Amino acid sequence: MTTAEPLILGVESSCDETGIGIVRGTQLLTNTVSSSMDEHVRFGGVIPEIASRAHLEAFVPTLRAALADAGVSLEEIDAIAVTAGPGLSGALMVGVAAAKALAVATGKPLFAINHLVAHVGVGLIGRTPADGLPPALGALLVSGGHTEILRVVDIAGDVELLGSTIDDAAGEAYDKTARILGLGYPGGPAIDRLAAQGDPKAIRFPRGLSQPKYMGTAEVPGPHRYDWSFSGLKTAVARSVEQYEAAGLDVPVADIAASFQEAVVDIITSKAVLACTEHGITELLLGGGVAANRRLRELTQERCEAAGITLTVPPIPLCTDNGAMVAALGAQLVMSGRSPSGIAFGTNSSLPVTTVVLPKV
Amino acid sequence: MLLLALDTSAAATVALVRDDVVVGRFASADTRSHAEVLAPAVRGVLADAGVAGTELDAIIAGVGPGPFTGLRAGLVTARTLGFAWDVALHGVMSLDALAFDAVAGNATTPDTEFLVGTDARRGEVYWAAYRAPAQGAVLPELVDGPHVGPAAGLPGSRPVIGRAAGLYPEDLDGVPGFTTADPDAASLGRVAHARLLAGRLLLDTSPLYLRESDARVPGPRKRATA
Ligand SMILES: [Zn+2]
Repeated sequence: MTTAEPLILGVESSCDETGIGIVRGTQLLTNTVSSSMDEHVRFGGVIPEIASRAHLEAFVPTLRAALADAGVSLEEIDAIAVTAGPGLSGALMVGVAAAKALAVATGKPLFAINHLVAHVGVGLIGRTPADGLPPALGALLVSGGHTEILRVVDIAGDVELLGSTIDDAAGEAYDKTARILGLGYPGGPAIDRLAAQGDPKAIRFPRGLSQPKYMGTAEVPGPHRYDWSFSGLKTAVARSVEQYEAAGLDVPVADIAASFQEAVVDIITSKAVLACTEHGITELLLGGGVAANRRLRELTQERCEAAGITLTVPPIPLCTDNGAMVAALGAQLVMSGRSPSGIAFGTNSSLPVTTVVLPKV
Repeated sequence: MLLLALDTSAAATVALVRDDVVVGRFASADTRSHAEVLAPAVRGVLADAGVAGTELDAIIAGVGPGPFTGLRAGLVTARTLGFAWDVALHGVMSLDALAFDAVAGNATTPDTEFLVGTDARRGEVYWAAYRAPAQGAVLPELVDGPHVGPAAGLPGSRPVIGRAAGLYPEDLDGVPGFTTADPDAASLGRVAHARLLAGRLLLDTSPLYLRESDARVPGPRKRATA
């Protein structure tokens, strides 16, 4: 294997996107994604069984399209990487079984990798090895499935979870709130669009886990200094809507959407920037599907600038779940000489970020 | 004719069948670790026989019915191997393997009907009705099914082959020796071989889920004023 610029095929199936990506070192050759999003719309959220069925149908066609798009053959691939977790267990299992079959058929080494760390790995696409990762990198991941702030010392093996949501993911809070406001699914784009016409200061919604007893101080951190909670916010929105209805008033949907979005984005960015400054992080990478949100990008940029942190936001198709991020992390693992995972490992729906790649069993 | 057969409708099973002879076989009793054991089993069975995947004439996949997650692990494995090796891919209904075993084991009466049933969990069984072939023939004929439902709902007065009989002895008339039997890839491969020899068409690898996902469309939110 040419470890300098390995040709890696990445497989992603942890939620509703079947993704196949191919990279050569840090160069992106293809990011081919098939999404089952449309099939979940009428349910107002991702239905695991429907997502799993879609992965089975999409896998080989997506693989075929990715190879054609990249202009490479399976024989040329140096190694395969697959998301082993965290994610929906039935969905993960389709990608893992398929990736193992590819490893058996081609004889190539297989790396079972962590989905969250792959969201960070995608930030290395397009960079030359010399300007690879800065020594103090943070990653803020915001999507329908996760809300995390990570510290990345070595992407191939030393990643730490600084904070995360203790209940709903931010994207989930958007979906649930959009449903309360009758805006449909997915909630993120709908609320972002409507919020542009509303007053973000109209209603002061709660910022979860921001009280001193949760925050503590830099010296004596509280139990949830860098953690988030969005379930109370969703309840507050529901109560607000009910109050307008009970009073016989029109619900100011745009104002509520704007105020909700402001509450989410305010607490996400303030805690993320706090975690960065208190851990000497000077470069922050924003990832996950909610990175597409206009207000989140705006406020993250503003607060990072004020704190002297350089913000990187990959192109949106690389922020949402995809196979290129899996391939990108796989390439980092190969380049740093990590051992492959074999083909006997299992999926882990709650794989911790400290496990970047599964060891051989 | 060299066939690699996989069935994950119950246990994870893999077999390599050359003409009508089973030359390699793997079976795991665990019904919940298909994604772990399947690929190593395929690699092992082929390596033990000294066969390269590209030498196969076809890959045969059991298309269920079976519990969803395990079934998919087998189907995506079969489809991906077929693509990567550029080998033909066919499906066989998993219950056909058990029906074949029953006939091969002389557990059926020629020209009479029998049932095949497996565990569908949630108190239900997957089942189908077959007619045993005339004396000397090997392939039973599917006459009804596959279906999913409670064991008590199966047509009565017919012997039952398969694990369903062992699970629901009150409702089903099990055939001794076959009350804990699950579909096996070795038999699935032999069924496929017999059908291909007879010039009959096999299925594609569409899964037989027989059940919808449990998803429900949420109702409208109750208004505070309603
Ligand atoms: Zn993700």
